Amino acid sequence: MGLGRRLYRGEIDVDFVGKWRLWYSLSGILLAISIAGLLINGLNLGVEFKGGSVFSWQPKSAVSIEQVRETFLDEGVHQPIVQTAGERYRVTTETLPESTTLEMQNVIAKEYGVAVNEVNIQSIGASWGGEVSTKAWWGLAAFMVAIILYLSMAFEPKMALAAIVALIHDLVITAGIYAWSGFEVTPATLLGFLTILGYSLYDAVVVFDMIKEVTAKLGATSKQTYSMAANDALNHTLIRSLNTSLVAILPVAAILFIGTTVLGAGTLKDLSLALFVGMIVGTYSSICVATPLLVTLKEREPKYQAIARRLASTGGGKGAKGSKGSKSAAVAKG
Amino acid sequence: MARPTSSHSKPGRTLLLLLALILALGGTMFLQQAFTPKLGLDLAGGTTVTLSPVTQTGAAPPEEILDRAVNIIRDRVNGTGISDAEVAKSGDNIIISIPGVGQSEAIKLVATTAELRFRQVLWMELTQLGQEQLATEAPTPTGSASPGASSSPEASSPASPGASPDATPASPDASPDATPSTTVQPRSMPSRSPAGDQPSASPTGKALSSALTSPVPSQSPTARQGDDRQGDDKQDDKKGDQKGAKASATPTPQPSQDPNAGINTQGVDPAVLKQFHALDCTDPKNRGQGVQDDPNKQYAACEADGSFKYILDVAKVVGTDIDTATSGVQQGSTEWVVQLDFKSKGATEWSKLTSTAFNSQEPRNKVAVVLDGVVITAPNIISPIPGGRAEITGGFDQVSAGELAEQLKYGALPLKFERSSIDTVSSTLGQDQLEGGLVSGIIGLALVVVYCLLYYRGLGIVAVLSLVVASILTYTAVVVLGHNAGFRLSLPHIIGLVVSIGITADSFIVYFERIRDEMKEGRRSLRTAVEVAWVRARRTILIADAVMFIAAVVLYLLAVGGVAGFAFAMGLTTLIDIVVVFMFTKPFIALLARMKFFAKGHPLSGLDAERMSVESAGSGRKTTPQEA
Repeated sequence: MGLGRRLYRGEIDVDFVGKWRLWYSLSGILLAISIAGLLINGLNLGVEFKGGSVFSWQPKSAVSIEQVRETFLDEGVHQPIVQTAGERYRVTTETLPESTTLEMQNVIAKEYGVAVNEVNIQSIGASWGGEVSTKAWWGLAAFMVAIILYLSMAFEPKMALAAIVALIHDLVITAGIYAWSGFEVTPATLLGFLTILGYSLYDAVVVFDMIKEVTAKLGATSKQTYSMAANDALNHTLIRSLNTSLVAILPVAAILFIGTTVLGAGTLKDLSLALFVGMIVGTYSSICVATPLLVTLKEREPKYQAIARRLASTGGGKGAKGSKGSKSAAVAKG
Repeated sequence: MARPTSSHSKPGRTLLLLLALILALGGTMFLQQAFTPKLGLDLAGGTTVTLSPVTQTGAAPPEEILDRAVNIIRDRVNGTGISDAEVAKSGDNIIISIPGVGQSEAIKLVATTAELRFRQVLWMELTQLGQEQLATEAPTPTGSASPGASSSPEASSPASPGASPDATPASPDASPDATPSTTVQPRSMPSRSPAGDQPSASPTGKALSSALTSPVPSQSPTARQGDDRQGDDKQDDKKGDQKGAKASATPTPQPSQDPNAGINTQGVDPAVLKQFHALDCTDPKNRGQGVQDDPNKQYAACEADGSFKYILDVAKVVGTDIDTATSGVQQGSTEWVVQLDFKSKGATEWSKLTSTAFNSQEPRNKVAVVLDGVVITAPNIISPIPGGRAEITGGFDQVSAGELAEQLKYGALPLKFERSSIDTVSSTLGQDQLEGGLVSGIIGLALVVVYCLLYYRGLGIVAVLSLVVASILTYTAVVVLGHNAGFRLSLPHIIGLVVSIGITADSFIVYFERIRDEMKEGRRSLRTAVEVAWVRARRTILIADAVMFIAAVVLYLLAVGGVAGFAFAMGLTTLIDIVVVFMFTKPFIALLARMKFFAKGHPLSGLDAERMSVESAGSGRKTTPQEA
């Protein structure tokens, strides 16, 4: 029977929880690489965060990047960064005073045969960029607190903790990819990060909901340790997790495709790239990080330790950590 | 495992309710003849300017001051004739959205600091515009010789200060009533009668006096028709006679000037004199557009309505010297006045300024109030004003007095703004972004639809229909919000909506998987499974949606700009997701469960026993539809 069919039928039984060492080391390595990237390279922040002026337009006839650079240098603008996006040219400079900005707009219009109002300008003061970042950080902090409180109430504090750790894991790795690749971080990228927050949690919530349901039945005489039960729950929701991720990634892939092919660099590309990476990492972490972490936390509770000890001594289980899971769909009983 | 009774599930009723909801939203669209969403400037093209207040302490400015700034900026933007511009507060920042072209103009005018200065008038002249206004306006019957600013109307007034050393008895002869302290000075001609309530108008001007020394104002009603140039004229000019103030004016042969002839150029900076001659007050650019005037230099300026132009001395008193400004009705009269209280330093300066003006010859006995580089009023000083209090009288109505008080107060707290970000998007780029967003949305939806159909077969149809319902709800909601709550669809919104397709689809997936779980056990009929699975799936869906909604609310409240827009879209779709799952998906599946095609587990229904490997569930029993 092919994997696809087994997946469709829900007949998969992978010992995700038991392989926790593998996942932890994998995530640890990824995190270390990401943090190194953030420390060494840092993020390539867009003008929205550090301030600057951006001009973009579509020249009437073909021009070279060098030509465009000359135009700016001739006007006394230092270090213009010229990029192409489709047929559009995009020049980033330091924050220019208003008069220079307007002058540049006219110069560009004249030299490249476009109407003045077809030259797009974006000019951001340095302090504003700082404010945007500060607000983003505050937003993130408030968000985490709100989520921890809510999940603690809806589930339990340990689940909230595991979900948040998985969330931070996803964010750091996504940021790491941006750091190493040098992709520009714009407000659109920020939107992407924020969406990852939502998805990462959403996924974890669905998995945890099932774990909660399954482990609620565990008692002194049960034949499963917390690890086994959690692993069963995980396998049980695996199809849903994969389906959901796929369905979520499909529209994002569409945005990424359109954003890169039709529009070139811009909001859509910045955003979808973050999403694309983040969702894949998020799917991985909800299965391989959040749940094993939750299990690690829960197995320390006396109640579950007792079960694990009993099963270990009677040979009914295969060790507290190394659950092979039960073969039947024990999850769906009742 | 109780079989669901009819009271358990009334799919038909819920579906009808949803239909009613959709019809209500659609009906609103039809009633308002609004079928397309309002687009943000990043999609429609235009300029967006973000202004951040710069305060000395770095603290956030009080809400009311920000509101006032918003109003003033709105006036400025509207004053340029740009239609459809929006000025809105966002946190501490003010965001100005100007659709279409003309951005350089807009950038220039919006962010200049509105600062108030008090400048002694060195010279003033009726402009061409002012003359035209006079010519076209009906002559006032009682027009007591007020032939323009330059000379005669005040021929009498210079006398009055002399006669009234204390300002108390200083009723200028032109003022019809004999009440001593009334400060109405016949200054200039276009005396306007508010809303035509008084036909006769004595040409009265505004005047400043010390409130303390003029305790009993008792203005004769006619005095109300005074030339409220700041209020009425400016309003007329800018907002097209909103207040219905009708101008009636004295017919005045205006002595036309040769350059410098007849001008008292004593003490006037020649450069400013030149500027003065060059100044064209018919050009709206020179009126009310926030020219930055240097308080330490003499300055040539226009009256807000363009009827006069002035040479003004250096600013001796500025807005920060004002403690507070209020408007109110003078005791014992019906006249609206504006009261000023100066801070201690301001009071001293103010006292000095007014005594200088008081001791000067017409027109130098006036002190111009300059806001945004434009003279909003230039009352006569009929006495030196010590004590840090002053009162501006003459021709105010409630609105104009309130407005001037606000301007004075606002100027008193000069809120400096910094242009934090300027973003102009040409209409072609906007068009591209809109198309990109829409195309990716359609492709994304199509991919999800195909996947759902392939994987879930019959149930996939439910998913597709649910997505269709969600799309209809989202579209109508966006349109209705756009036309009723000023919601403008921007690129971050579209991205938020596209990304949310996944969230919406996930709700169905959670539910479908639960149904399949129930079916796998083979003990249940589809009808039972649908209900039992729903109870479990509902909880998961609600918790997951709550997480998304919390995320959206937190982001919306704390973020700025595009992030807030994105959060809004995410919150909206989360709510719509709940509506769709509860009011469409669940009842629709419940209806389908009564159909043989699904209940018997037809291979194409997505619920067939073989595909779900019922055997592996352990019980070995097959689904038995008879149970239903």
